[in-house]
Amino acid sequence: MIGNVKILAHQGKQYIPDITKAKIPGIFRGRPEISMENIDTNALIVLCPTDAIASNPFSIDLGKCVFCGECAFAFPEKIKFTTDYKIATNDRKSLIIKEGDHKNIVLNPELIKKEIADFFSGSLKLRQVSAGGDNSCELELNACSNVNFDISRFGIEFVASPRHADGIVITGPITESMAEPLQICYDAIPSPKIIILAGTDAISGGIFADSPALNRSFLEKYKVDLYVPGNPIHPLTFINGVLELIRKRK
Amino acid sequence: MSDYTIIKNNQTIPLQNIPVLKYDEFLLLNTSLLKIESNHCVNYFGYKIQDKLKLICCIADDSDSTIIISSCEIKQNSTKYPSFSAKHLAFHIFERELHENFGINYMDHPWLKPLRFTFDRADKNSRIENYPFYQINSEELHEVGVGPIHAGIIEPGHFRFICNGEQILHLETQLGFAHRGIEALFLNKKKLLQKTILAESIAGDTAVGHSTAFVNLWESLCNYEADEDLQFSRTIALELERIAIHTGDLSGICTDIAYQLGSSVFGRLRTPLINFFQIWCGNRLAKGVIRVGNNHFYFSAALAIQLEKIFNDFESDFTEMYTELKELPSALSRLEKTGEVSREQSASIGTVGMVAKTSGIKRDIRATHPHDLYHKLNHQPILKNHGDVYSRVQIRNEEIRQSIAYIRKLLKNIPEENKNRKPLNEPQKNSFTLSLIEGWRGEICHCAITDDKGELIHYKIKDPSMHNWLAIALAVRNNEISDFPICNKSFDLSYCGHDL
Repeated sequence: MIGNVKILAHQGKQYIPDITKAKIPGIFRGRPEISMENIDTNALIVLCPTDAIASNPFSIDLGKCVFCGECAFAFPEKIKFTTDYKIATNDRKSLIIKEGDHKNIVLNPELIKKEIADFFSGSLKLRQVSAGGDNSCELELNACSNVNFDISRFGIEFVASPRHADGIVITGPITESMAEPLQICYDAIPSPKIIILAGTDAISGGIFADSPALNRSFLEKYKVDLYVPGNPIHPLTFINGVLELIRKRK
Repeated sequence: MSDYTIIKNNQTIPLQNIPVLKYDEFLLLNTSLLKIESNHCVNYFGYKIQDKLKLICCIADDSDSTIIISSCEIKQNSTKYPSFSAKHLAFHIFERELHENFGINYMDHPWLKPLRFTFDRADKNSRIENYPFYQINSEELHEVGVGPIHAGIIEPGHFRFICNGEQILHLETQLGFAHRGIEALFLNKKKLLQKTILAESIAGDTAVGHSTAFVNLWESLCNYEADEDLQFSRTIALELERIAIHTGDLSGICTDIAYQLGSSVFGRLRTPLINFFQIWCGNRLAKGVIRVGNNHFYFSAALAIQLEKIFNDFESDFTEMYTELKELPSALSRLEKTGEVSREQSASIGTVGMVAKTSGIKRDIRATHPHDLYHKLNHQPILKNHGDVYSRVQIRNEEIRQSIAYIRKLLKNIPEENKNRKPLNEPQKNSFTLSLIEGWRGEICHCAITDDKGELIHYKIKDPSMHNWLAIALAVRNNEISDFPICNKSFDLSYCGHDL
């Protein structure tokens, strides 16, 4: 007992006091900024492993990007990944970053369902479904609840039963074998309910996008409430994205 | 001509150098090899050539760092073959895979249970949703089904228990829910960067392990010798991944015995370790640091100073917490003699990594088939003998300390960055390559075969979990079902690494 108390004292405060202003240590590949520089666009399009780069206008789709950063190494004058981790949005189009576009990524308030602020702004319970994820986004979602990021202080928690949940967080590219369990889980959640896609694999299939082992038909049926890009997602991206989604707007 | 050819880890040989045996010779050779204790099967797989199926078996000899390769060609028809598994159970997983993918029939395989329901499996009627689980009909027994979606944030898999009251009589695990078709994608994705990203995504918790296996294999295939600074960063990353995941697992085990303080402290101790990956390469799980013939993130002296400081802070807090845990009777009563795997069981099913080492089997690629800079470390595997949850806790504690000592030793001599790297050659044609890595879970094996243009015609991945999943099923027998979560966490096997 005394040992336990000593350890508690030695640990001190471990939580990040203001999660909305936290700085990520070292380097991070967050929101990219693309200059108007003229470069060999085709070389970049060919370089990208997941066809996230397009031309006319030149753009990077963060829903497809695996954040390997190779484009920025090949053409540093054109592409720079900033440490801005607030890249979650509810508008799929906002994930496409065009050249010369240095704006922050924000949520589109018009696309947020009215019930979200009414019911979930003080308390949001989420059911996570790993639909063939590689366990990297799953580890980072678990990290959201550790003593450093401590997402539960905002009333946001991951729960064991879909019956207790207000929404679903999907990771992974949605494999054929997980398509049905995912549907059953979603159906078991009482309405109103939300859908969050966490990680590039979930948003677009990522590197697995054209694999015959996937079945992404679930996503054709429902409106997605939040896209959280990353490979894997950073806990700060997820937490800030969800807080933006559920906060009360005037 | 000999019945087999002998290679070293990360050696590329012409495909024609592998002798092609008749099936009965092939069976006799490989099953006899496995009677010797220092031998174990690291990979056994097949691929189609025209109307035939070519089988390649790779047996590692731990006593002299060699790998014995032999092959066989069989016709794909309704012939029933005698199985390797009837002679040695360690082959069971590979033959189940061959049966599932190509429809090979065996006359005496103990259980041709589907492995992962691959999208291109031979029998499309075999489906995961109507898989018939093993049943025992008795009024006293009941079944408990768990998954594929679990209570926590975990990968998908189904566990079917047959229980007598609270006691588990039998556990059957059904995997395949995370099957993404990775091996096929390795052939379809033509760009090297795509293959590297795929390797990083086999199992995100082992991004360093699997990507190092891939780059070592690819460099060997291209006859390219990695500069010392590349080998250095790979070795550091592998050991750091081990420390970080082991620490996180100790947190998970504490969570599962409802020891909140241990859960919180080990959990937060992992944060600076993975944040160091962030500082080093911009990704907390080290995606991006391992590249073929290149490294965008040179491990500098400045990084070494930061890492040393992280270790200094880590050690005192870790030691304090671990000492408290191992002296806490209420914790020990949950950990000791729970989920035991005996040495005999471990040897017969061919476990690898921590599961082998905690049941007294010395199986560690870093010691027996060293790659990268491990020949400099003279690695001695840590062994435990009880094979229970507590052994798997102890080995994590000791491996964390050992890995920190290795990294400190390596940091004394940081190689200069080679700013003028040799360009990569084309992959060799008609070749076979094998790469073995000791990841934090155990041995990872990647094999590749190229055609007459140097293009991949087969890519085979084996995660250590392939061997070890059966160990969980054996470990939980006669345990209370409430102890299943700590058993499962103490093994911490990969679902996606198994399912591919």
